[in-house]
Amino acid sequence: MEKNTQTWALPRQSMPEQDPQVRRSNFKEVPLGYSEQTAVIEAKRCLQCKKPGCVQGCPVAVDIPGFIQQIADGNFDEAIRVIWRTNSLPAVCGRVCPQEVQCEGACILAKRGGEAVAIGNLERFAADRARAAESQDLPTVAAPTGKKVAVVGSGPSGLTVAGDLVLKGHDVTVFEAFHKAGGVLVYGIPEFRLPKDIVRSEVAMLERLGVTVACNQVVGRTVLLDELFEQGFQAVYVGVGAGLPTFLNIPGENLIGILSANEYLTRANLMKAYLFPEYETPIARGKNVVVLGAGNVAMDAARTALRLGAETVRIVYRRSRTEMPAREAEIHHAEQEGVEMFLLSNPVRFCGDDQGRLTGMDCIKMELGEPDASGRRRPVPMGDSGFHLECDLAIVAVGSGANPLLTGSTEGLKLNKWGYIVAEDESAKTSRRGVWAGGDIVTGAATVILAMGAGRIAANSIHKYLTLGW
Amino acid sequence: MYPITHREEMSGGTVVLNEIHAPQIAARAKPGQFVMLKANETGERIPLTMADTNPSSGTITVIYQVVGASTRLFKTLAVGQGYDDIIGPLGKPTHIEKAGTVLCVGGGTGVAVLHPITRAFKQAGNRVIGIIGARTRDLLILEDRMRAVTDELHVCTDDGSYGHHGFVTDVVKKILAAETVNQAVAIGPVPMMKFVCAITREAGVPTLVSLNPIMVDGTGMCGGCRVSVGGENKFACVDGPEFDGHKVDFDQLMQRLGAYRAEETGAHGEHNCNIGR
Repeated sequence: MEKNTQTWALPRQSMPEQDPQVRRSNFKEVPLGYSEQTAVIEAKRCLQCKKPGCVQGCPVAVDIPGFIQQIADGNFDEAIRVIWRTNSLPAVCGRVCPQEVQCEGACILAKRGGEAVAIGNLERFAADRARAAESQDLPTVAAPTGKKVAVVGSGPSGLTVAGDLVLKGHDVTVFEAFHKAGGVLVYGIPEFRLPKDIVRSEVAMLERLGVTVACNQVVGRTVLLDELFEQGFQAVYVGVGAGLPTFLNIPGENLIGILSANEYLTRANLMKAYLFPEYETPIARGKNVVVLGAGNVAMDAARTALRLGAETVRIVYRRSRTEMPAREAEIHHAEQEGVEMFLLSNPVRFCGDDQGRLTGMDCIKMELGEPDASGRRRPVPMGDSGFHLECDLAIVAVGSGANPLLTGSTEGLKLNKWGYIVAEDESAKTSRRGVWAGGDIVTGAATVILAMGAGRIAANSIHKYLTLGW
Repeated sequence: MYPITHREEMSGGTVVLNEIHAPQIAARAKPGQFVMLKANETGERIPLTMADTNPSSGTITVIYQVVGASTRLFKTLAVGQGYDDIIGPLGKPTHIEKAGTVLCVGGGTGVAVLHPITRAFKQAGNRVIGIIGARTRDLLILEDRMRAVTDELHVCTDDGSYGHHGFVTDVVKKILAAETVNQAVAIGPVPMMKFVCAITREAGVPTLVSLNPIMVDGTGMCGGCRVSVGGENKFACVDGPEFDGHKVDFDQLMQRLGAYRAEETGAHGEHNCNIGR
């Protein structure tokens, strides 16, 4: 194999992006992708380490040096095959994984003082190229085992379980409550960050491999988890997501113009309300928008509000910049587009007019005190620091709780005190025989790739159960 | 697709009944539960409480008033055509018990939701008094079906074209003055429910109401349907849709139902604005 000597000294290849002033008024994807030429240059920067840190940093252990070498050699078809061996959603992961704290965070090149290889960009390149080429190439599927597996929820963890188990020859059905498969990938993450065509094609690929996707199935309502066993499923994976919005519980929160980020983003993304009235679901178009919270969901909501014509969009967050949970890249994109940050600010009440519509928000300034249980410095109110922000739309993005629809209708499923399902770390097994769980319904709101990692662990354990026993 | 197997127009075409083939939902649904319907790719998800279910034919019945763009689209669907997506049964079923005398009050298309609940109370061995009302005689729905499941039925029209001339609240007052009622159910326009609850509160009669706030998913995810009940926020989709009517903040509910009025009239125009075309 040709050694990639010297090429590592090249700078990390940046991905071209839509201009911030242009993109802030459209819903098209922001980063535009690598050309073949750029991808090859970037791939050649990889040191092909004998003990790659990147693979350890990846929750689903993609053979990163392996696929990058294929790109460096110009074998693009082979590159995607290497990824598919361990990751059924590469076009998604290449876009939304927090690579800087995972694979790229562990890149040896970076540890030696260089810039990390752009692994996410390369993964995206390989996946996009395979999709554009409409390659009918599929990973190899093992001989049918005759075992039936039900996957509840078609988000990232459910799709990972489905992809892994169908490849092992099991008969997999995915149950989705919404009318479209993809979970948070379709209702939560906006088009400009993850085009819905991509999710559709990743799901279509699973279907081509033999996965059945059943939409409009609310497990816990339309069908009960126990009935799935009666229907002949031998294993059930629960990956229903968190799915219960948290509000601030401050006065005035039921005024018109205050929405959970779940509602705002579901309207915009799943229901395509940004195309209203061509699509019939309306969405509130604020002139002065505040977004409460500072995670990735908050950034998505803020950037969506800009694209829907807001004049000002302000992130209001009670801690400081360093504590913001969003990815640096998301914060950067939001600021480039004109989102303002009101840090160390805490809302105390919403104000409205006599029609019950939001007109503003009273806040106080905060300062950071001693670290709390989470290790982050606790924000404490500064005396006499009240101020008023005018706003006609407030989006509450302060996290989610555990949705009780499935857990409340299923006997014998052990829950923790917050209502999340208790599952073993090493197997994703729950307290019920034949039932596994992973993703946000176990961990609380987290990331796409962590949910996929849990899905991978569950899939291995389910396969073992179906072939060897509990 | 979930095909429409039977269709009727009522109230001069302003109210439509659809019987829809949805066997999974029909098998499980109980009185008081609702479904979310979406007609096609571009359609909105609309919550409707079921008016009836038939597990043996695998059908559910919804009755809706044609009020906005989505229900206008629903109205165009003929027998054999259908809805792309329906989920359910959602929400908690009505708590049915033998209470004694039960007063069931319905207004407008609320009567459609009231009917299966009334029938269930009757089947549970209660003496059931029904009161149904509409603006005018032509808008009254399901009179015969309500008569069949009640021990006595009172009909009211605002304009006096049929039955009692006046609001259902007049009859509620009269009945509560004349006899002991153990439980009341009021389903209809928000002001109607509010005023019925004001009367039954005074009389000390527990009253259930069924609410239909704006919602997106119907499964507890969006929080758009939050209603203030006894000063606490509840999600109508998972905690309801029925609540203790004496605790509901109806004024807030009414305001919140108008959240998208500007967008909807702006886009679909009751008034056809030609400026800028």
